[in-house]
Amino acid sequence: MEHHTSSYEPKTRRARWWDERLPVARLMHGQFIDFPTPRNLNYLWTFGAILTFVLAAQIATGVVLAMHYQPSGAGAFDSIEHIRRDVNYGWMIRSFHAVGGSMFFLAVYIHLFRALYYGSYKAPREVLWIIGVLIFAVMMATAFIGYALPWGQMSFWAVTVITNLFSALNEVIPGLGTVVVEWLWGGYAVSGTTLNRFYSLHYLLPFVIVGLVILHIWALHVVGQNNPTGLEIKTRSDWVPMYPQAVAKDSVGLFAFLILFAWFVFYLPDYLGHADNYIEANPLVTPPHIVPEWYFLPFYAILRAIPSKLGGVVAMFGSIAILVFVPWLDTSRVRSAKYRPVYRWFFWLLVITCLALGYLGAKPPEGAYVYWARVFTAYYFVHFLVVMPVVGILETPKALPKSITDAVLGGAGAPKTAAAAPERR
Amino acid sequence: MPTDMLIRRLLPLAAGALGALVPAASHGAGEDQGAHGVHIERQDWTFGGFGGQFEAAQLQRGFQIYKDVCVACHGLKRVYFRNLAQPGGPEFPEQAVKALAADWPNKVVDGPDDSGKMFERPAKLFDPILGPFRNDQEARAAQNGALPPDLSVIAKARNPDYTGPFWAHPFSMLRDVATGYQEGGPNYILALLTGYADKVPEGVKLADGMYYNVAFPGRQIAMPPPLAKDNFIKYQDGSGSLDQNARDVAAFLAWAADPSLNDRKRIGWLVMIYLAVTTVLLYLGKRRIWANVEH
Repeated sequence: MEHHTSSYEPKTRRARWWDERLPVARLMHGQFIDFPTPRNLNYLWTFGAILTFVLAAQIATGVVLAMHYQPSGAGAFDSIEHIRRDVNYGWMIRSFHAVGGSMFFLAVYIHLFRALYYGSYKAPREVLWIIGVLIFAVMMATAFIGYALPWGQMSFWAVTVITNLFSALNEVIPGLGTVVVEWLWGGYAVSGTTLNRFYSLHYLLPFVIVGLVILHIWALHVVGQNNPTGLEIKTRSDWVPMYPQAVAKDSVGLFAFLILFAWFVFYLPDYLGHADNYIEANPLVTPPHIVPEWYFLPFYAILRAIPSKLGGVVAMFGSIAILVFVPWLDTSRVRSAKYRPVYRWFFWLLVITCLALGYLGAKPPEGAYVYWARVFTAYYFVHFLVVMPVVGILETPKALPKSITDAVLGGAGAPKTAAAAPERR
Repeated sequence: MPTDMLIRRLLPLAAGALGALVPAASHGAGEDQGAHGVHIERQDWTFGGFGGQFEAAQLQRGFQIYKDVCVACHGLKRVYFRNLAQPGGPEFPEQAVKALAADWPNKVVDGPDDSGKMFERPAKLFDPILGPFRNDQEARAAQNGALPPDLSVIAKARNPDYTGPFWAHPFSMLRDVATGYQEGGPNYILALLTGYADKVPEGVKLADGMYYNVAFPGRQIAMPPPLAKDNFIKYQDGSGSLDQNARDVAAFLAWAADPSLNDRKRIGWLVMIYLAVTTVLLYLGKRRIWANVEH
């Protein structure tokens, strides 16, 4: 893929003029028109395009919302109501942005588990994967501070709980935690000052994500896409050009995803949020249960499962950081879990674990809920630290097909078309 | 439970503040909680589901209940008089709303005037619908320490918890998503208004100035029964009942919290049809493009 060159040919004088000075069209043509994509990608591979769309949509709706929103302790809650009631189509833009946050995470979780199942993190895609984990981390920060902006009860208390986590640093260096927390707050308590700086960061971080996404796509286009077989592209018959084949498939995936997206925007705009966030922030009244947005629930469950503050914080951040090491924790010679009869079961156990942690994160930290949260937290780490290295060594993978073409044509038709471009047959 | 302690340690500030303010906060906190652990019946609403729309006549009746009963304590400050005349709401004639605003008992404080003084004036179309209290302190002073919340978004700020068996929870969520079900707030308001018990069950000791209500979390509420079986509002046509009053005002508050619902659900259908048709067309196009490529 590194040696893939653009087949771009400027057709007009103006195009030639530009091509000699700034060959953007040549670059785009090479990367997004005749870029080789494996012919056997399934619809799970459309989530990259879906995520790119959602990021762009979040920025577009966010820019409009920022024109009407007031980032102050006294004005924030009212300005959201002003947007919902008095701004032209404000209710739609606001729902699009609020639901968009959830859809972003839904898509990113599918994208992430797809990569885990098909071993898309394995060499030579380690850097691609790590940039992805970084995007995930910055996304979480962006979503968390974005959730503060409506300045409802859950906004306020989520900020209080999560920023207070940093005071656990006091157990490492006395006084450090307090300094960090006061620095985050801009004072001695969560206040309008905190909201103000969060708003500033909420406008900044999405552009950091854009930068990381560009690197992510760059890294992807250096090593090429993984595919359900986990085999690399070897011959011309293994791939089809991105346009029109992959683009056609991505468009179907994107629009199917938009149906779900629009369903929530128009029929369930508040379903994914918490009712308490329609109560204005009040430092004197603690909600009976403080819960984060649904996409943070598994991490919240891990935080509360550990019976020590510092331990809980370390486990929660560790549960994300551990993803960085996955390319080296997985010792299997085979990429795709499709050919890994043992690991495949552990993969689904990990999925169930994450769903169960999500359920437990929404429950009060008492009785059996704590017990099960500990069991699943333990498995979460065991999966990465024990299952991945050990199963990779012990397991006998199924026989791999000779090539992507072989996998698609079942071996029989391979010789006939081996050297031909499959889309031109 | 150590995790309980953890949470408490996470909130030293809040705990301290709450500890100092227990007498004042306990009433207020009760008012500001969702309905936790109490089973609330699902109701049919004209605005429920994906084809639902508000019914102007019901919103008009509901507004009458608000005007005759609720406004004695509760404001509606994020709703403006002009909203009462707009499409998708109660749709009162504009002249009637103007007259209503002019007669509204809670005057608007405006100013300063030319001599630098604030003054009171009757409300106009562009003014918010105010309750009787200027601020929370005045409300608490008049209400034995309890704070009657503003009702503008109350229908969205309340959502009953799921109370069924845990294994059925995902199915219940899927059903809500598939049917576009988002009416927990009005369900709760109806249950609360009709949930006052005639007699306090034996063994329950009510705190001073509290009332027994089966729908309220903790079952003790500072709000006296606003409506009763034998004390309800009669509509212009002579009909009326506690249940009807409660239903109508719940619908009215659902509109107050979500005045764009009619537009939202109407436009929603166009968007869904557009997306569904486009998806099918894109799929057919994709099939053609991939027709020669086994994959």
